[in-house]
Amino acid sequence: MLTIGLAHYLTVGAILFTLGVLGIFLNRKNVIIILMSIELMLLAVNINLVAFSVHLQDMVGQIFTMFVLTVAAAEAAVGLAIVVVYFRNRGSIAVEDVNLMKG
Amino acid sequence: MILQALAFYAFAAVAVASGVMVIAARNPVHSVLFLILAFFNTAGLFVLLGAEFLAMILVVVYVGAIAVLFLFVVMMLNINFVELRQGFLHYLPIGGLIGLVLLAELVLVGGTWAFGPEVRGAMPTPPIGERTNTEAIGDLLYTQYIYLFQAAGIILLVAMVGAIVLTLRVRPGVRKQRPGDQIGRKREEAVAIRKVTPGGGI
Repeated sequence: MLTIGLAHYLTVGAILFTLGVLGIFLNRKNVIIILMSIELMLLAVNINLVAFSVHLQDMVGQIFTMFVLTVAAAEAAVGLAIVVVYFRNRGSIAVEDVNLMKG
Repeated sequence: MILQALAFYAFAAVAVASGVMVIAARNPVHSVLFLILAFFNTAGLFVLLGAEFLAMILVVVYVGAIAVLFLFVVMMLNINFVELRQGFLHYLPIGGLIGLVLLAELVLVGGTWAFGPEVRGAMPTPPIGERTNTEAIGDLLYTQYIYLFQAAGIILLVAMVGAIVLTLRVRPGVRKQRPGDQIGRKREEAVAIRKVTPGGGI
């Protein structure tokens, strides 16, 4: 219990990932919270990658964490831009109306 | 050892608690602030693991850029958040069920899984006295993973251009300076010389 090993970090990662999935289901209407839940899931993935990287004495995991960070930053920027444009056009960010955007 | 365990449990508990608050807070501004707290505590976990560079990157990039971007957008949009909260309890049973199933699957995978006997790191971490964490990452990132590094740069460029193109608004009817027109105009378009007879007017 007092020796912190790989399993401890994986548990934290699993809990955070599940919280992210749960957040997407609970806040079905609020796109911003959904984007934040996705960030939470990517954070859990990063915890897993770094934990394995340190446990296996392998640097590649930390390299890939940086790429996950890059993709997360790009995704947040584009996602928030879409939210801003959608809000400008419709005056709300309710996800249920988003299918009006097609065509 | 005991100090490390205490630090781990403190960071992990705060990270998980703020993760709960991110999805449960009534006000999205509070959600963003709890997200920032979760990022900070994860950075603490990374420091405990010995990945200092990533911990600092997490603070700088996530807290300094992404979370502030979220905060900016949440505050800029004038949204009726009470209306968006409707259906929270409606989705709670199905969401909780799916969350439980996912967690159970993760626990089952984590509980029964083990490293194979021949598993060894592809790129062994140099001892910390020899190379610091930042130097070790740089050694690998700028040699073996240089193409992926460049691709990451391209991804960021595309995201930047995409975000600008999406949010750029060209409004018609706005008077603004057009230097090309100003420079390109001719004398004939601007000035006309008339012969004015005294007392006659134009």
